[in-house]
Amino acid sequence: MLLPGGLVTFFLILFALGLVLFLAFRGNDGSLLGAGFTADNFITVISDPLYWTVTLRSLVIAGLVTLATVVTAYPVAYYLAFHAGRRRGLLLFLVTLPFWTSYLLRVFAWKIVLAYNGVLNSALIESGIWSEPTLAFLNTPAAVVVTLAHAYAPFAILPIYVALDTIPKSLLEAASDLGARPFTAFRRVVLPNSMPGVLAAALVVFVPTVGDYVTPAMVGGPASTMIGTLIQSQFGKANDWPFGAALSVCVMLVILCVVLVARSADRKFGSRT
Amino acid sequence: MSAARTEGGRWLGVYVIAYLVFLYLPVLLIPLFSFNNSIQAAFPLQGFTLEWYATLYGNPGLSGALLNSLVIGVIAAAGATLCGITVSYMDLYGRSPLAATISAIARLPILIPGVIVGISLLILVNLIGLGPSRIAIVLGHILVALPTTVVIMRSRFAAIPKTIREAALDLGASDWTTFRRVMLPLSVPAIISAFMLAFLISFDEFIVVFFLAGTEPTLPLYIWSQLRFPRSLPTVMALGTAILTVSFIIAGTAELLRHRGLSAKPS
Repeated sequence: MLLPGGLVTFFLILFALGLVLFLAFRGNDGSLLGAGFTADNFITVISDPLYWTVTLRSLVIAGLVTLATVVTAYPVAYYLAFHAGRRRGLLLFLVTLPFWTSYLLRVFAWKIVLAYNGVLNSALIESGIWSEPTLAFLNTPAAVVVTLAHAYAPFAILPIYVALDTIPKSLLEAASDLGARPFTAFRRVVLPNSMPGVLAAALVVFVPTVGDYVTPAMVGGPASTMIGTLIQSQFGKANDWPFGAALSVCVMLVILCVVLVARSADRKFGSRT
Repeated sequence: MSAARTEGGRWLGVYVIAYLVFLYLPVLLIPLFSFNNSIQAAFPLQGFTLEWYATLYGNPGLSGALLNSLVIGVIAAAGATLCGITVSYMDLYGRSPLAATISAIARLPILIPGVIVGISLLILVNLIGLGPSRIAIVLGHILVALPTTVVIMRSRFAAIPKTIREAALDLGASDWTTFRRVMLPLSVPAIISAFMLAFLISFDEFIVVFFLAGTEPTLPLYIWSQLRFPRSLPTVMALGTAILTVSFIIAGTAELLRHRGLSAKPS
């Protein structure tokens, strides 16, 4: 019974990732697996300021998206856990439903909202707030942040909700019995106990956004090229697979660091999961 | 204090409604403008038309892409569900370190950005001589959907009381018979739910397809190729509306099944 799962995990996941690592240390001669062993790809990544700029930009954009989604999702998760009552099932369904719709279509929706002759511009002119359409919305890093935050919003609610929901109600009663005002009880009891969920939410938002390709390509313009775009072009136009593999390895290393930081923070808060 | 709490709860309720509006409004613009009698998605609305939906019929590129997406979706969902069932069952009851390792790796793709999944499989399928093709996409989608099916099946198997499985074993059923005659039938709603969600993931998936598609595009890739032409935007919106409707129905049904599975849980 271990056969199908074993094949997929060892062959499609581990072996394929191993190939990326292998290729990252090869020179590009146009062949599939490259030629000779070299660290040149990594030296280029480290020495060329372009890659630092783009990596930094990816980190900042993904960081902002993570912050925005987690902060806006927290009150929703809180409401679901403590106030929703009979409507909880319906609300949970409503916040998770967009998760199952096409990511491409959700990004496309933002493109028609932000475009020069798009929904937002025409609505602002129609209502008399603006007289001229503006180019300021589309093809900006801000557009990338808003679009990604919208696309990944449902990811953040569930882990936080699960963490809040598993806090024993007796803890809250104890806090109020001991004289804590509601806000103090939230700050000293609820928030620390929900941190594992917050960290999990941050992780599931950060990982896909840092390597995202679709959103920068669709609403970002040239000023918001992200690392995913660079990787794609190495396997497309630039046709330097070993270098693209090296970039991928660097992204995975960054993600590994983030995961390790989240893990140690999780341990500090005494994860209950 | 309880008054303050309900007051706070009311404000939170308002916030939740505003949040839901933010979540749905941009997506609902697609159906809105798909009925608008103008090539541009802009206010004021021009007039009602079904013209864009009419352009969907008799479009060979589109129907080919749709067929590809359906075939790939069904095969990939079947593969991902099969893997999800076996991986999570062996993880819970196999008592072997290998099974636990496989289960841990199976959930790893959550931590890999889509672009990297795409390029790693692109290297792999080229290496084994398969090249970009529909089979390559199926393999990629099994991988992308695997964490979801594993999580759904694992929580379902874990929710079945241990005593039921022990009773079957005590009555002389072999491990395999217990799995096939007891545990599997008890998990049918979750299996259907996992299959439907895996199908949706495959049906909507873009980035892996972007790297692994050969000459036959899937529906998201077809949409992507149409986005370059401003003239075809209304058609894309009509198509998008159809896809959103189908996605909502499938996801809703899968969600209902999962809840039925939970409420029918013997306690």
